[in-house]
Amino acid sequence: MSPLAKLLEAALFSSARPVPVEELAALDPEASPAAVRAALDELREAYDVNGHGIELTELGEGFQILTRPEYTEAIERAQLAVRPHRLSAASLETLAIIAYRQPIGRAEIEEIRGVNVGGVLKSLHERGLIDVVGRAEGLGRPLLYGTTPLFLEQFALRHLEELPRADELAVALRAEPRAV
Amino acid sequence: MTLLGSEPETPFVVELGQFSGPLDLLLSLIRDERVDIYDIPIARIADQFLARIRTMGLDQAADYLEMAARLLRIKAQMLLPRHDTDDAWEDPRAELVRRLLEYQQMREVVDVLERYAEDRRSRFARQYFPPSNVETPPAPLALSLAELLSAVDRVLRVVRDPAMHDVIPRALDVDGAIATIRGVLELRERARWRDVVRQGAERWEILSSLLALLELARRGELKLAQPSPFANVWIRRESPGQAA
Repeated sequence: MSPLAKLLEAALFSSARPVPVEELAALDPEASPAAVRAALDELREAYDVNGHGIELTELGEGFQILTRPEYTEAIERAQLAVRPHRLSAASLETLAIIAYRQPIGRAEIEEIRGVNVGGVLKSLHERGLIDVVGRAEGLGRPLLYGTTPLFLEQFALRHLEELPRADELAVALRAEPRAV
Repeated sequence: MTLLGSEPETPFVVELGQFSGPLDLLLSLIRDERVDIYDIPIARIADQFLARIRTMGLDQAADYLEMAARLLRIKAQMLLPRHDTDDAWEDPRAELVRRLLEYQQMREVVDVLERYAEDRRSRFARQYFPPSNVETPPAPLALSLAELLSAVDRVLRVVRDPAMHDVIPRALDVDGAIATIRGVLELRERARWRDVVRQGAERWEILSSLLALLELARRGELKLAQPSPFANVWIRRESPGQAA
């Protein structure tokens, strides 16, 4: 492996979160972003070709070293690491709406889901998956919510555009919020 | 057994978990009845919806009630006579259909998100906890008695009129209390707090008895029980070793 690839490997190993390319490039002032990209490819290939228990993944606007799925059960049985809890259906529905419609206010989410979402919003916010991104203009200037980088990370997404586009879904999304 | 589950008509919380809201329940009804979402037989679906929320005890949930009211209103609007030539007639179901389609689409996104989340859940990242900025507790004080006394002296000199208390150590008679309790328990198997502490006892006597009881309980000579806060304490003889 090239010295740069080894440096990146060490840096990614030491980080608990996905590291963006720009941050990786800062490790070596001589290295261009293109060189960092090439070194990342080299590292990924080293893991894939030589048969490693870990792999290099691009998610959450950065790169992260993750264990391979086939070892998850054994690791969890040995209690070395624990999978996070699954989100409830109510949380997932609310997240789905926010992911597609952000920035979006609570009333609009409730209109789509047909239920009160106060509690769900609070727990999603506590888990760091959503955040307040602004306030709407209308009456009472309601808070507007959006998804966070942690959302991308926990759903193994590189960016929001990776979610299926509206026209790829079986039913077409309403183009724009209904005029009241 | 008598405390829990005696009311069979409250499956509310359990059943509610099946559906994530009134739209979910409505979609499931439409699927079960195999009707066209663009031409919902509103009278039939509304009746079924009401029946379901009643049997499931959902009629306590405002969100479901609101949908029930909406369905009934649409049902009423559909019953109003209209002329074939009336071009301006707007299907009262249109808004509901739009919401149902929107909800269904969101559910599709949920399926996708669930898949992604499962993929990520099945892989572990490095678990690195950055050093917390919680302050570590200070090291134990290392100072001599002389240093401590001179510090007290300095503090006292600063305070103009220090309120001084004389602390007189009062001896507790735990051994005596132990003897008393043993004596009582020799005569009877069960005793009450009142039996081992005399009426109008001094504070040191009460404390001695309490410590004696705890000590004997620790040694396994007796068992203490207090059925509820502030209730009478029951003392029961236990004779480990000798009895067995």
